[in-house]
Amino acid sequence: MEKAGSNLEKLLAKKEFVVTGELGPAKGADAEQVKKIGELLRGYVDAINITDNQTAIVRLSSIAAGVILTQMGLEPVIQIVCRDRNRIAIQSDVLGAAALGIKNILCLTGDHQKFGNHPEAKGVFDLDSVQLIALLKKMRDDKQFASGEEIKVPPKIFLGAAENPYADPFEFRTNRLAKKISAGAEFIQTQAVFDVPKFAKWMEEIRKKGLDQKVAILPGLIPMKSARMAQYMKDNVPGVSVPQEFVDRMLKAKETKTEKEEGVKICIELIHQVKKIEGVRGIHLMAVAWEEIVPKIIEGAGLLPRPLP
Amino acid sequence: MIVAQRKPLEEISKMVANYKKVLIVGCGECVTVCHSGGEKEVAILASELKILRNKEGNSIEIEEITIRRQCEPEFIAEIAEKYTTADAIISMACGVGVQGISDKVPEKEVLPALDTTFYGGLLKPGVWVERCSGCGTCVLNKTGDICPIVRCSKSLLNGPCGGSEGGKCEVSKDIDCAWQLIYDRLKLRGKLDTLEEIVPIRDWRSAGHGGPRKMVREDLM
Repeated sequence: MEKAGSNLEKLLAKKEFVVTGELGPAKGADAEQVKKIGELLRGYVDAINITDNQTAIVRLSSIAAGVILTQMGLEPVIQIVCRDRNRIAIQSDVLGAAALGIKNILCLTGDHQKFGNHPEAKGVFDLDSVQLIALLKKMRDDKQFASGEEIKVPPKIFLGAAENPYADPFEFRTNRLAKKISAGAEFIQTQAVFDVPKFAKWMEEIRKKGLDQKVAILPGLIPMKSARMAQYMKDNVPGVSVPQEFVDRMLKAKETKTEKEEGVKICIELIHQVKKIEGVRGIHLMAVAWEEIVPKIIEGAGLLPRPLP
Repeated sequence: MIVAQRKPLEEISKMVANYKKVLIVGCGECVTVCHSGGEKEVAILASELKILRNKEGNSIEIEEITIRRQCEPEFIAEIAEKYTTADAIISMACGVGVQGISDKVPEKEVLPALDTTFYGGLLKPGVWVERCSGCGTCVLNKTGDICPIVRCSKSLLNGPCGGSEGGKCEVSKDIDCAWQLIYDRLKLRGKLDTLEEIVPIRDWRSAGHGGPRKMVREDLM
């Protein structure tokens, strides 16, 4: 039975191969930036994730940006992290978001505040991501707050979670995902996939546990804009594993000034590879700060036209 | 034990800038063990303050004493007459000691010479590590005897976040991922199934979020 009636939920129910995009709001009261990216992604993705102060940097709120997208007729996936809000604030925001027409929420732990522009901040972490999923499911299905008190008008939301197939302990990652699924996650967006064999191994574990039957898995993909970015992600981004082969290809492309083209080519190759893996139900394309490339990638990967819900 | 670290001399000196006669009180418990507020450290601070004040041409008279514990009124009361003769008191105990003396002599300023840092233990000589936050609801029996509240940077209760890599925490390569440690220990004991249970939202009231905590034992009253 339909939980939220979001396009994402409907498309997944129809077994369509879905495409989600990502938007990182600006560090300012800038509605135009949200609208501009929304327009760039219109028709190329089925829903747009909006980050919640990613890497602990203060940005325009994800719910506010989500409302701007809904007003444009686009569908947001609001990200909520456990770092900045306790259960009182989170529940209040979820009610508010649902009342404003938001239908998809992705539950995350959140990057530690030390990474951001306010490392002196007090981290909240009243809940962890598994508990957050369980709480939102309880609000929606049991019509209850965390306290058990009744919610007269419960929020209708489609619930997502994230997982990083490249984090450690590797053997525990699928168990942790299983916990998120039994807590109530209905779709999973993963950390960026570059190392396909390792992702395939992770998917094999997922299938062995029958988890692909319970949840829609959307591997995350990041198009590389430059050789420098490839190297940076390989060396510095926690939980992202970029094989040397891709760094070398990007470096070679740099010599002929075709880095962007090569980045697109690699991304399309990766889409084709993950699409073949049993249990993959779509992709999550994170082209943050390079949103204008999304149409080219989606078209190049043969994912047009996007299906209607 | 309660681990504490002495504040820089300049900071302590500023606190007593207007006083001519100061009593420094050490504590014989935790801060003696972690070398921050015992008899020896009291003597060092007294000498440093005297030298500094002499250099400034503003000498200071300092009396030194270290009592058994600054967390019990009985021991604090034993040196009652010393408080009365000093202009101000510097406590070299944890925050409990500073407040304990102050409650005894509320008219006198009792100044903290230490920053109370955490509840911890000795890892190796010269290195103390945090091991407990006194959260009031111990879960060590479910986590391989490794505390996720204080040793996980996000106090997660349902396993590692996506930032655990090569056994280290995303916050720093110097921090072990508590959940990797928990995983390894439970694996060693053949108890990995413990981690499959969803740990529900916890009640943080026992951790101090319900207001200041108190323990009452009527049998001892």
